Amino acid sequence: MIGRGALTVAALALGACASTQSKPKPAAPVPINEDPYPSTYERYPGAVTVIRHATVFDGDGKRFDNGTVVFGDGKIQAVGGPELASPAGAVEIDGTGKWVTPGIIDVHSHLGDYPSPGVQGNSDGNEATSPARPEVWAEHSVWPHDPGFSRALINGGITTLQILPGSANLFGGRSVVLKNVSARTSQGMKFPGAPYGLKMACGENPKRVYGSKGNMPQTRMGNIAYTRGVWIKAQAYKRKWDKYNRNGGDMPERDLAMETLKGVLDGKILVHNHCYRADEMALMIDMSHEFGYKISTFHHAVESYKIADLLAREGICSAMWADWYGFKMEAYDAIKENIPFVHNSGACAIVHSDDANGIQRLNQEAAKALADGRRAGINISDEVAWEWLSRNPAKALGILDRTGTLATGKMADVVLWNGNPFSDYTRPERVWIDGAEMYDANNSKRRPVSDFELGQPGEGDTK
Amino acid sequence: MIRRALALLLLATAAPASAQTFAIVNGIVATGDGSAPVEGGTVVVRNGRIVAAGPGVGVPAGAQVIDARGKWVTPGIVAGFTRLGLAEVDLSADGSDDTTANNSPFSAAIDVVPSINPLNTTIAVNRADGVTRAIVAPGTAKSIFAGQGAVIDTGADMEPITAARKFQFVELGETGKDKAGGSRSAAHAMFRNALREAAELSRFARPIAVKGERSDDVLLTRFDAAALVPVLQGRQYLLVHVERASDILQVLALKREFPALKIVLVGVSEGWTVADRIALAGVPVIASAVNDLPASFEQLAATQSNVGRMRAAGINVSIGLIDDTDTRNIFAERQYAGNLVGLTKIPGATGVSWGEALAMITSRPAQAIGMGGEIGSLAPGRRADVVIWSGDPLEGSSAAEQVFIDGVSQPLETHQTKLRDRYRYLPRRDLPEAYRH
Repeated sequence: MIGRGALTVAALALGACASTQSKPKPAAPVPINEDPYPSTYERYPGAVTVIRHATVFDGDGKRFDNGTVVFGDGKIQAVGGPELASPAGAVEIDGTGKWVTPGIIDVHSHLGDYPSPGVQGNSDGNEATSPARPEVWAEHSVWPHDPGFSRALINGGITTLQILPGSANLFGGRSVVLKNVSARTSQGMKFPGAPYGLKMACGENPKRVYGSKGNMPQTRMGNIAYTRGVWIKAQAYKRKWDKYNRNGGDMPERDLAMETLKGVLDGKILVHNHCYRADEMALMIDMSHEFGYKISTFHHAVESYKIADLLAREGICSAMWADWYGFKMEAYDAIKENIPFVHNSGACAIVHSDDANGIQRLNQEAAKALADGRRAGINISDEVAWEWLSRNPAKALGILDRTGTLATGKMADVVLWNGNPFSDYTRPERVWIDGAEMYDANNSKRRPVSDFELGQPGEGDTK
Repeated sequence: MIRRALALLLLATAAPASAQTFAIVNGIVATGDGSAPVEGGTVVVRNGRIVAAGPGVGVPAGAQVIDARGKWVTPGIVAGFTRLGLAEVDLSADGSDDTTANNSPFSAAIDVVPSINPLNTTIAVNRADGVTRAIVAPGTAKSIFAGQGAVIDTGADMEPITAARKFQFVELGETGKDKAGGSRSAAHAMFRNALREAAELSRFARPIAVKGERSDDVLLTRFDAAALVPVLQGRQYLLVHVERASDILQVLALKREFPALKIVLVGVSEGWTVADRIALAGVPVIASAVNDLPASFEQLAATQSNVGRMRAAGINVSIGLIDDTDTRNIFAERQYAGNLVGLTKIPGATGVSWGEALAMITSRPAQAIGMGGEIGSLAPGRRADVVIWSGDPLEGSSAAEQVFIDGVSQPLETHQTKLRDRYRYLPRRDLPEAYRH
C-alpha cells in the first residue's frame, strides 16, 4: 500500500518535473522541396488565330459542323459555330473539309527513356536492380533529342505525353508529363504544374525479371506480398514525417523511395498501374483500399472489359490498345471491343500507345475500336469517342483543368487535320501547342528536326 | 492404292464447299492488280478458282448469288513477311513458340512446315480480318540462315501449306552481323562459304545421300549445305533481310556475283536512297510500310515515303511485317496501306494510289516469290481467296464480313469474339460467366 502510494507520488513528481523544466522549443519543421527539377518550359509566341468552316470535336463530347475555333495568348478563346466573331488582326484559316480537335495526349509513352535509336547506350527505361525503385524519376532518363517526339507531333498530333519508367519493377519510379515541344533539356519540356505519377506493375514482367535471377518475386503471390511489404514501410515513413511536419523537432532522414510513396499516400502523386488481367486489377484495387491510396489508371488493361463495372464504380481509368493481343500470356484474352465496352459501362477509357510507332496513329487506333464497338451494338459518336484521346488521358494525368478539351481558357493545344481524323488517310496539317504553331505540313521550317538527325541521311525529310 | 485413297479423302474434305459456282454481285470490286476499284462489279468463282471479276461480268446459270451491295470485294490479304502460325504466344509461353530454334544444330535445313499449326489462334484472328495467305519465315537462331519458309493459307482446315520450302531466309544486316560473330564482313564470309559448300554438294544428284565427297574444312552440316543447293541454282527464292543502304548495295553485288540467285530484299528501310540501283537489278522488295524512326543505326534514313519512292523508281514493292513485335497483327497491313495512300496529300511526301496500295498487300507479295499466277488477285484462274468488306478495306475501321479461301466460305469466330460475346453484359445472372458459351 505504502509502497504503491510512494511510487505514484514519485511518478507524479517525475511528471511534474518533466512538464515544468524549461526545455528548448522543438525546431519548426523545414519543408522539403517537392519540385527540385522544376519545369523551365515557356510557351512560344503565337498569333491570334481563328479557324473557320471546320468540323470541330471539342473533346468534351460536342461537335460543331461548320465550326469556329478562336485562340490567342496561348489560350482557347472561343469555340462555336460560324457566328463567332474574329478578334481584330487575327490570322484566319479556312478549315473547309478539315477537322479540328484538341491535341492528342498519350498517357503511356517511353519516348526519351527508350529513345531511337534503340541501342544499349540509350536504354534508360528500367532500373531493374530491385523490384521496388520508386526513387527513380523518368525525367532523369528522358533524352530530349529522341527523334520520336517529332514523329509523334507531325504524324500523330500528340501535344502532351506522359513518359513512364518501364514495367520490370513492381514500383518502377516516377513518371513525368511533357509538352511535346522540343527543348534542350527535359525540364524544358516538363508540363508546368502537372502532378507526378508513380509507375507500378503487376503480372508477368516483375516476376519474370526477378524470378529468373532466383529472387523475389517469382510468382504473382510474390508480386503482391512484396508490394504490400513496401506499402507498410511507406505508411510508417508517412507517420514519421507527418509527425515531424506537425510538431517539428529533429528532421527524420529522407528516403527518396519513400518520399515518392508518401506522395502517393498524400494524394499528390497519381498511380499508373501496368496491369493486364482483370483478376489482378481487382487485387490491386483491394490493395489500394488496404493502404489508402487511389489508382488513377490501369495501363495495358486488356481485360478491363471483364470488370468494367468495378472500374466504373472505383473511378479508375483504363489505358488500352485497340487490338494488340497474345504477345504474352497475360495479353491472351485481349478483345477488339475492350475500349468501347469499358466506355459503355461508364468507366474512363483511354487509347494509349506504349510504342514509338503506335503513338503516331492513336486517332486511327481509336477509329478501329469505335467501329468494333458499333458492330457490337454500342453506338458512340465520333465526337464522344474523341474523349478517349484527349479528355480522359488529361483526367488521368490530373491536367484536365488545363488541357484535353477546347474549353475557353484552357491551353491552346490544337490540331487541324486534313480530313476526318478517324480515317487512315488523314494526317495532321497543323499543330499548335499553347497557341504556338509547332507543325505545318506546308512549311518545312515548321517541322522539328532533332539534334541526332542533323547531318544524317534523310535529315529534314517529311518522315 | 493407299496413296490414291488418301488423295480421294483429301479431295472429299476440300470438295463440298468449293466445287460449287457462285457469284458475288453489286459490290465495289478491286482486283488487287493495282487498278482502281469499280462499282457494280461481279466476281464469279467456280471450283475454288476465279472465273472472272469486274464490271459487266455475267452471272452463270445456276450460280449461287451473293449480294454485296454497298460492300467492297477484294482478293484476300497476302501478308508479305510474317511468322504467322509459328507462335501461339510470343513471350512467357515457351511451349507454344516455334519461331526460332536457338539450340538446334541446323540452320538452312530447317523447314518451317512442321511448325505451322493451322489451329493457332493468330491464324483465326487474322482470317477473321480478311488475311487469307501469308509468307512465313522462321527466325534466325545461331546462323545467318534461318531456314526455309513457306506460303500458307489461313483456312479453317488442317491443310495450311500452299507452297512448302518456297524460299530460304537469310540475315545480312545488323542481325546477320551478330549471328556471324560480330561484323557484316563475317556475315558475308559466312554466306559465301555456305554457297561454296552448297556448290560442292551440288555436283551430286542426291547431295545428302552421297558420302565423303566434302572438303575437310566445312562449317555447315551436310543437311544445311544441301538445303542451299536449290538457292544456289536459282530453284528456290532467297529472302534477304537488310535495312541500311550500304547493306542493300552489298546484296545487289552478290546478285551480280551469283546471277542465278533469286533474291528478294526484305526490310529495306533505306531503300529509297538507292532505289535506282534496286530497280536496275530488278530485285523485288518486301518492306515495312510506315517505319519512319531511326530505330537502329541501319534505319537512319527511314521515312514513310520509302515505299512510295521505291515504287516510283519502278521497284516491285510489297508490304510485310518485318518487326517481330507486330507480326501477329497482320490485320494492320490494311491500315498501313491506307496510310501510304494518305501520304499523297502531304507536301514533300510520296505515297501510292489506292489500287497500288491494295496490290502491295495482295498481288505484289505473291509476285515477289513467283506466285502471282496463283494467289493475290481476282484475275481469272487464281485461287478464289475473296473477301467481302463492310467498307473500304484500307480503312482499319472496316471489317471483313465474308472470307473465302479456295472458294470455301470461312468461319470468322475466334477466341476473341467468343470472349466478347461472353462479357458483353456484365450483370450477375443465375450462373457464372463460364456457363455462357
